[in-house]
Amino acid sequence: MHYKRITLLAGHYGSGKTNIAVNMAEELKKQRENVAIADLDIVNPYYRTLDSKERLDHAGIRLIVSRYANSNLDIPALPQSMYAVTDDKSLSCIIDVGGDDRGALALGRLAPKIREENDYDMFLVVNRFRPLTRTADEVLEVLTEIEYAGGLKFTGIINNSNLGAETTADTVLSSVDFGRQCSEKAGLPLVFTSIQASLADELSGKIPDLFPMILQKRPTE
Amino acid sequence: MSEKVLMKGNEAIAEAAIMAGSRHYFGYPITPQTEIAAYMAKRMPKIGGTFLQAESEIAAINMVYGVSSAGKRVMTSSSSPGISLKGEGISYLAGTDLPAVIVNAQRGGPGLGGIQPSQSDYFQATRGGGHGDYHILVLAPSSVQEMAELTIKAFDLADQYLMPAMVLADGTTGQMMEPVSFDFQIKEPPAKPWATTGTKCARPHNIANSLYLDPEKLERINNERFKRYEVIKANEALAEEYLTEDADIVVAGFGIAARIAKNAVQEARAQGIKAGLIRPITLWPFPEKPFAEAAKHAKRFISVELSMGQMIEDVKLATECKVPVSLCYRVGGMIPSPQQVYEAIVNAAKEVK
Repeated sequence: MHYKRITLLAGHYGSGKTNIAVNMAEELKKQRENVAIADLDIVNPYYRTLDSKERLDHAGIRLIVSRYANSNLDIPALPQSMYAVTDDKSLSCIIDVGGDDRGALALGRLAPKIREENDYDMFLVVNRFRPLTRTADEVLEVLTEIEYAGGLKFTGIINNSNLGAETTADTVLSSVDFGRQCSEKAGLPLVFTSIQASLADELSGKIPDLFPMILQKRPTE
Repeated sequence: MSEKVLMKGNEAIAEAAIMAGSRHYFGYPITPQTEIAAYMAKRMPKIGGTFLQAESEIAAINMVYGVSSAGKRVMTSSSSPGISLKGEGISYLAGTDLPAVIVNAQRGGPGLGGIQPSQSDYFQATRGGGHGDYHILVLAPSSVQEMAELTIKAFDLADQYLMPAMVLADGTTGQMMEPVSFDFQIKEPPAKPWATTGTKCARPHNIANSLYLDPEKLERINNERFKRYEVIKANEALAEEYLTEDADIVVAGFGIAARIAKNAVQEARAQGIKAGLIRPITLWPFPEKPFAEAAKHAKRFISVELSMGQMIEDVKLATECKVPVSLCYRVGGMIPSPQQVYEAIVNAAKEVK
């Protein structure tokens, strides 16, 4: 896909933002030289982009993340290198925003410069199998809360509906209508439907705009 | 069957509490269980319930005392250091014979410790946690599905036996996401004629109290309470047994440790070692029977824990030290690997050859 200089991923926590961010960064790296992934999550100390550090290092993708992520220090701090996202225009980056409106609060610090430069996309990641975002109306509520907290408007929706390890092709197929409804209600385009790579063959041709992903390993696996 | 939902363990606990009819939640945020409070904050106002972030853990547990006195189902949750703060209130609930559900998503300790998972509050939970002679019911889920199931069971048991019930989870089971089915049959809570709901000048006062000026009366009440505990021990102990019938090496583990141990037991079986697993689901009452049974043929027990060895004492008591019990553990927020447990099984098997 065509990437703006900055791509932001936001949504309900546990919707799959981090997995999409890592896979998008890898795709972006094939198109651009100077690519970073910025972890803006100041709420959840678990399941972070840092879990994919080796993989990102290997791909030559810069990781901008709090030095306290995945540590025992549970403090809402961001590194000074986060300013590279807005100040270094040679950088193309994926920003993994924290979950819900609370997670999006930290975005407010960067939002004015991102708005001013106006070379960004912000995608709302939705999973209809997550509680509290099971209908398009509930999704719209989360969307409004995040926009209000983060100070940026969404430009698209990503359907990442899955049931974790129990996800099958039917799971994804049963979410197509939901993705469409979210898109219509929000008045935003459906950017793609993200799936685990192992389902790509089965779903190819059945759903337009598939985004197959290699999922990050969880520390408990 | 209703469709499954992909949930964090903490969210599953919160939704299960709502399903069980709890319309009151009081808490104070602490990692790794804050999603329970966050979920309640979103859901409770929509269903006419009360979510209240108290000024401290101590305030929250005493709000629980208040709601429970009034005969309503109520829950609070915290993680290790916060549970210590609630200790006084839990003792008051037990001393007043009030039902309540308390969730502990354990983290590494002692002190502030860390935010990674642990099982080192086993002693605290199974011995009561606060001052005085008392027990609370302790349920140990090992999957997100069980986080939901055992939360509902905790409400039922607490109401049935008029005592606090704890869901003893940990940072891992609280944070991990798994599909959950909420096809539960919810039992109607029993009548609570003791509730302090106003006499309307039609009955004598109900009093929720744990203070007794007469020591003889306090002794009698303690004795009566412990008779009730014997009924619970006889009827409510629960464990999952896996390949234990012919096992030489029996691994014991609860919660997240049991999931890891099960992988190791499967690997050991594949290598021709007769290994089995006992997973206590209730930690108090401790499921003594399966351990006593297994001790008749097993040659070694291994207790797998995310602690310096706490449940191992109950394993020794349940087996009356007839068979050697060794410990396989990690602490400080670290988790034993299936390989570590497998190696412990192999070593035990070598010893008995």
